[in-house]
Amino acid sequence: MARMKFTSRAVVLPLAALYFLVPIGASIWFSVNEVEGVSFDAYTQGLGTEGLTTSLMLSVRLGLATIVCGLLLMVPTLVAVALYLPGLRRTVEVLCMMPLVVPPIALVAGVTTVLSWEQDLADTPFYMTFQMLRDESFPLVLVLVYTVMSLPFLYRSLDAGLRAVDLRTLVEAARSLGASRLQTLWQVIVPNLRTAVVGGAVLSLAMVLGEYTVASVLSYRPFSVWMVEIKDSEAQLSVAAAMLSLLITWGLLLLLTTLAGGHGRRRRTPVDSGRDNREDRESRDDRKKTVS
Amino acid sequence: MPDQTALPAPATGPVPVAGAAAPVPPAPDVRGGGAPRRRGARRHRWPVVVPFFAFLAVCFGLPAGTMVYGAFTVLDPESGASRFSTENVSGSLSGAYATGLTGSVELSLFTALLATVIGTLIAQAVVTSPRPVLRGIVVSASGVLANFSGAPLAFAFIATLGTTGTVTQLFHLDRTGFSLYSFTGLVLAYLYFMVPLMVVTVLPALDGLRSQWQEAAASCGATRGQYWRHVGIPVLTPSLLGGAVLMFGTAFASHATAAVMVGSSQPLITIQIANALNGNVLVGQENLALAMSLNMVVIALLVMAVQIPLQRRSARWLG
Repeated sequence: MARMKFTSRAVVLPLAALYFLVPIGASIWFSVNEVEGVSFDAYTQGLGTEGLTTSLMLSVRLGLATIVCGLLLMVPTLVAVALYLPGLRRTVEVLCMMPLVVPPIALVAGVTTVLSWEQDLADTPFYMTFQMLRDESFPLVLVLVYTVMSLPFLYRSLDAGLRAVDLRTLVEAARSLGASRLQTLWQVIVPNLRTAVVGGAVLSLAMVLGEYTVASVLSYRPFSVWMVEIKDSEAQLSVAAAMLSLLITWGLLLLLTTLAGGHGRRRRTPVDSGRDNREDRESRDDRKKTVS
Repeated sequence: MPDQTALPAPATGPVPVAGAAAPVPPAPDVRGGGAPRRRGARRHRWPVVVPFFAFLAVCFGLPAGTMVYGAFTVLDPESGASRFSTENVSGSLSGAYATGLTGSVELSLFTALLATVIGTLIAQAVVTSPRPVLRGIVVSASGVLANFSGAPLAFAFIATLGTTGTVTQLFHLDRTGFSLYSFTGLVLAYLYFMVPLMVVTVLPALDGLRSQWQEAAASCGATRGQYWRHVGIPVLTPSLLGGAVLMFGTAFASHATAAVMVGSSQPLITIQIANALNGNVLVGQENLALAMSLNMVVIALLVMAVQIPLQRRSARWLG
């Protein structure tokens, strides 16, 4: 075993570093390498092209809509299940994990078929719904499919967050101080779940920004589909865009770690607003209550 | 604001349910008051979860149901009516489509095995490392790279090992007969996001191996090899298998990387489904695509089922 320890330290890590760094280095070199030396045109000019900005903006808008949609569905549901409907916990968990069993390509196959009913429903009010879902400038159907695909991340992240706080005490304290149910959810529970909420949101956003399968089958043109469309005409630009997308993912996850690391009472007190103050007092109160 | 703390007593007025439990200090009474309150609350807490179930029914249940229904029906071109048939399913399990399915399964099994082994080795190297900086770097890099899949990953590999790729030209790899647009190329590309995913997945389990167990084994006279064989590996097995299942699922469902990198040159079921949906091969193959999708779901379910009985065992030791 001592030998294995030696190999893992001295061989595994350098080899892994080589395998993971070479493609990134080679891609950057590929995107700047010209016949007559090095040129950063792909980054300076290419990244400003109109196709990139429109497709990237579409991806970002889809991602934000997915986050809002997913959180609005999941936070109240999981809180309600944890507090009042423990019998549903297992069902909700299984349902949230279902998208892992149905791959995106299989899901989109079903979605295409459902969307093809449009002609049959031409005379009904549903027709308008279909038109709205397929709106070229902001395809809601993608938001819905992406929300389904993000349920596993959201569930895992929020479930871990909910387990870490004493939800029942928090809610009882807030309610006995006269907070309404919505106030309790928005001003007490959500701030306490901040890390979990941000974690799930960032993972969903990263997923949406890189998503290709669903968008390409339904013929929309977000960032990654655009990247593939230009690969034959402007190979360097597509590789530069791939590096940009790696950078965006990295930035998002960095943001997540920073926010997660900044979560904690000590950090929050100096920068707090009135609301945070109240919240702190409330949780201090309920701690007292639990002790007594 | 300062007299907020003085408010609770009057404020509980409109909220009798919470007020009933709060001011009663003895534990049994709180219990006794809690049970009917919860039962009463359940009645009007149901509406909260309705949107979730409605959303899943429409956005997940409807497409999934359509998939199953469509897989077992064929559209009669003359009458326009659809009838029950297993033609699609049998068609999706024969000829080129059968090759695609086995190709996908083989690729997923192979990459899952490799990713599990390599990911565990890297994670173990990190866990045993005395430098915490190394762990920080590996964990954050794994987080980023595990999310770096799909089209961008395909471009990174094309730029590196493709026909005009940097490394190909530097080392004249084309002369050695290496091609990125092959099974090997796909394995190389898939491992790029699967190994980091495995590292992230298996790290908590490796952290859960207590050093006391190793010390206890050592003080009973066990060698390091015996410790791993009788303690370490058995405790880790559920986590490792769980990781392997996750790896298989990820590789099996992955479409974009292969679609951008190799196109249709490699037989993979995901690419065949996409082609059938886009009408690239023949028009009117939608139901065949649905049948292939159903095959994928069935295989994914079978593989996932392996993991379920193992979860409890793993939770007992490493939870």
